[in-house]
Amino acid sequence: MSRTVLQVQGVTKRFGGLVAVRDMRFDVTEHEVMGIIGPNGSGKSTMINMISGLFPPSEGSIRLKGAELAGLPAHKTARKGVGRTFQLVRLLPELSVVENVVAGAVFGHRRRWGKPAEAHARQLLERVGLGASMGLPISSLTYIDTKRVELARALAGDPEVLLLDEWLAGLNPTELSTGIDLVRSLRDEGRTIILVEHVMDAIRSLCDRCVVMSSGAKIAEGTPAEVLSDPEVIRAYLGEDEDA
Amino acid sequence: MNAQEIGKVIPWALLLLAAAFVPVVFSPYWLSMATTMAMFVVLATSWALFSGPTHYISLATAAFFGVGTFVTGLGFQTLPFWMLPLIAAALGGILAALVGMVTLRLSGVYFVIFTLGLAELVRQLVTWVQNQTGQRGMYVLTSITEKDIYWMLLGLAALVYLAGWLIGRSKLGFALRIIGNDETVARHVGIDTALAKVALFTIPGMAAAAVGAILAPRYIYIEPATAFAPLLSFQVVIMALLGGTGRLWGPLAGVIPFTLLWEFITRQAPNQTLLLLGIVFLLIVYVLPGGFVGLWARIRRRFHHGGGA
Repeated sequence: MSRTVLQVQGVTKRFGGLVAVRDMRFDVTEHEVMGIIGPNGSGKSTMINMISGLFPPSEGSIRLKGAELAGLPAHKTARKGVGRTFQLVRLLPELSVVENVVAGAVFGHRRRWGKPAEAHARQLLERVGLGASMGLPISSLTYIDTKRVELARALAGDPEVLLLDEWLAGLNPTELSTGIDLVRSLRDEGRTIILVEHVMDAIRSLCDRCVVMSSGAKIAEGTPAEVLSDPEVIRAYLGEDEDA
Repeated sequence: MNAQEIGKVIPWALLLLAAAFVPVVFSPYWLSMATTMAMFVVLATSWALFSGPTHYISLATAAFFGVGTFVTGLGFQTLPFWMLPLIAAALGGILAALVGMVTLRLSGVYFVIFTLGLAELVRQLVTWVQNQTGQRGMYVLTSITEKDIYWMLLGLAALVYLAGWLIGRSKLGFALRIIGNDETVARHVGIDTALAKVALFTIPGMAAAAVGAILAPRYIYIEPATAFAPLLSFQVVIMALLGGTGRLWGPLAGVIPFTLLWEFITRQAPNQTLLLLGIVFLLIVYVLPGGFVGLWARIRRRFHHGGGA
């Protein structure tokens, strides 16, 4: 029996007069990969940022296993079990690779400190495929490796929900298939993941279900195959057909 | 504590012990110099504990220091002297916490300006109270000697180093390094950034107020204009940055040469001290971005590379 981990209900975000997200609602079940897709500017990142507590929703409720997240600051949502990566990779340049990951283990959902935290961090770095680069300074990592470090940091607090904000964007074709395999392996471990993504291959092969956003509102929900053949979704991506 | 850590602590303990003999061995002139150095070591080291990892430049030292001197000025006749630094530290800590809660949500330049304004604000407040009560300055005439002051400052310095060492090993210290690197990340890994910053900001507040309380008898006569002189805040920043904030010993490495140089300039050309401040600042920005700590790290790296090749 699968159960709901995250519940988004009637979430709206206004920035002044602009409505960035309008009455969004969706559920994420345990061990599921949920994709949030949509054209640029459709409000996907805003939605993710509200879940992680970067800013509060103007209206609505976001519940993690029944506990209200809406309006909580980011450090509290992190402690309740939301882990995330950022659209533009954010690492801690003055810290070592291992310390970057330990940072995610010390203050978050499940806390570790000292030797256990470091062992956990090293194990996660191996897990994301960075075993060999552990001793390097942050500045000498390749682009995909910086993404791996950020992913390991997000995993280090053992989050209930992992938010990946365009984690696969900007990778070259080889890296992309490595990246997709990595995210799939996380899913096979039973993690619950919300994925904001533009890369269609990734969406098709990774997502159990997708929510499609356009102009801040949900226009479709279902399996990737269903939503990607939905006429309204096609219209949102490609524009109005002139013959119709 | 393991054997390696004890090995690191021993040289510092010996250095402290040697420093304790300065008043016995050296002339009053050098004792006075050592007292000034001890004062700046406490101020700059505690300043760097907060400003080093967070990169928030605080110019509030003079505010806390002034509060401390006035605690002694008001209390030395009624209370035993040993209580005064403690009371000052408590007040300094509370003031720092209040200021921190209001301003640490601001970032960068707003914080700098606010802390600079704080010293002026407190000074004006004290002046106003004095005007109301018809007072001007205060005489602090005690039996406390320069030696006593020096030893008290040395004890305080030891406490600051101990605090710094403990914080460096603690979750709080780690949290502040993360905040200094990227505050958004810090929040998203579960750090209550406002709380961590306020907690750490109380340390320079307490230390500077305690220094003010201990040093008040040295001034004999205190008045707001000298007790809250903003120059002190700038001196502390320059010395800490000259030494470097990346290591606990950094500010010490800045305080010693700067104090000697300041003394030299004061005797040779009393009007050019501000010029020294400016030149050292330029030196830090252009030549020594990490202070002596950064220079030391570069030398060591080069040496290691050279040895390995």
